[in-house]
Amino acid sequence: MKTLRTLFLSFLKIGAFTFGGGYAMLALLENEFVSKKAWLDKEEFLDMVAIAESTPGPVAINSATYIGYRTAGFWGSLVSTLGVCIPSFVIIYGISLFFDAFLRLTYVSYAFRGIQVCVVYLIASAGVKVLKNLERNWLSRCIVLAVVLVMTAFSLFAVRFSSVFYILICGAIGLALSLCRKGVERE
Amino acid sequence: MIYLRLFLVFLQIGAFTFGGGYGMIPLIRESVLRYGWLTEGDFISVLAVAESTPGPIAINMATFVGASQGGILGSLAATLGVVLPSFVLILLIAALIRNLLKYKGVQAFLSGVRPCVAALILATALTMGLRTLIGVTTLRGGFFVDPKAIAIFALLLLGGFALKKWRKKSPSPIVMILLSAGLGILFYS
Repeated sequence: MKTLRTLFLSFLKIGAFTFGGGYAMLALLENEFVSKKAWLDKEEFLDMVAIAESTPGPVAINSATYIGYRTAGFWGSLVSTLGVCIPSFVIIYGISLFFDAFLRLTYVSYAFRGIQVCVVYLIASAGVKVLKNLERNWLSRCIVLAVVLVMTAFSLFAVRFSSVFYILICGAIGLALSLCRKGVERE
Repeated sequence: MIYLRLFLVFLQIGAFTFGGGYGMIPLIRESVLRYGWLTEGDFISVLAVAESTPGPIAINMATFVGASQGGILGSLAATLGVVLPSFVLILLIAALIRNLLKYKGVQAFLSGVRPCVAALILATALTMGLRTLIGVTTLRGGFFVDPKAIAIFALLLLGGFALKKWRKKSPSPIVMILLSAGLGILFYS
């Protein structure tokens, strides 16, 4: 019971005080659960990060569920996930109530025209960061180039094609290529 | 039934987007535009709020979109949807298959998915940039160049670069958003 409460409060704190999404949380999680509480060792934490990044969904939720389960089983994962979601939910729901009225203020609307440009900048720099962390090989280069071109062209020609399909197709290409390689090695 | 639709759309977003918050933006954008839940301008404004408030970006977006469409129940439905796939999948992994990433097939699948996620984020930034800076949505729609927006973009690039050189690490999104808010007031008022 005490463990559950500690998990819930730790994740509540992490959810309430980390700006900038999941990756910013990882440093805090390590500090809290590896350095301070020693509930996970360094190696398991790194495994957890690899899993959280390679499975679908928000990194913060993936980490909370994993750490919660490893520490206190199913109920641990439930209270951790709840803890990390609650601050977001409360804050954003509160903001959503008067956001429209807020945007209608003249100077706020000017500020938001600047902010909209900034969001484009932030997404572009996030994309560049992810790009830099990729393995440098021909598969990555070809996929990046092809997907950027096709997706931009589709959007300019107003063709609707969900990004779910890009992900599934590229995953299938990765699988097919590794099977081919295996086949070649066997011969 | 709006609650069910919110739940299912965000369930799909939670289940098929890799790479965390920024990796989820392309699909969130597609979905809200497709169902007419937000205009592109609103989407960008909400995204700015999601980035400058604490918590995972995906949860923030789900809560906001849900609230805008169906009040408190809508935001609960959307948030539950985006969290559920992660929760179930990670439980399975933590309980049963902790060496999931060591399987060759999983590695091979991810070797294709990782560059795809990078490309989706870049292409989304590109289409949003075309729209915000030169007013191009589709080729048929014509264009409207916004020199002020282009100037702000250039200043942000410069400012971001200078801050990175000076502080030895990338400036946080909030710093950049505050800077751009100031520039917006300066240029447009």
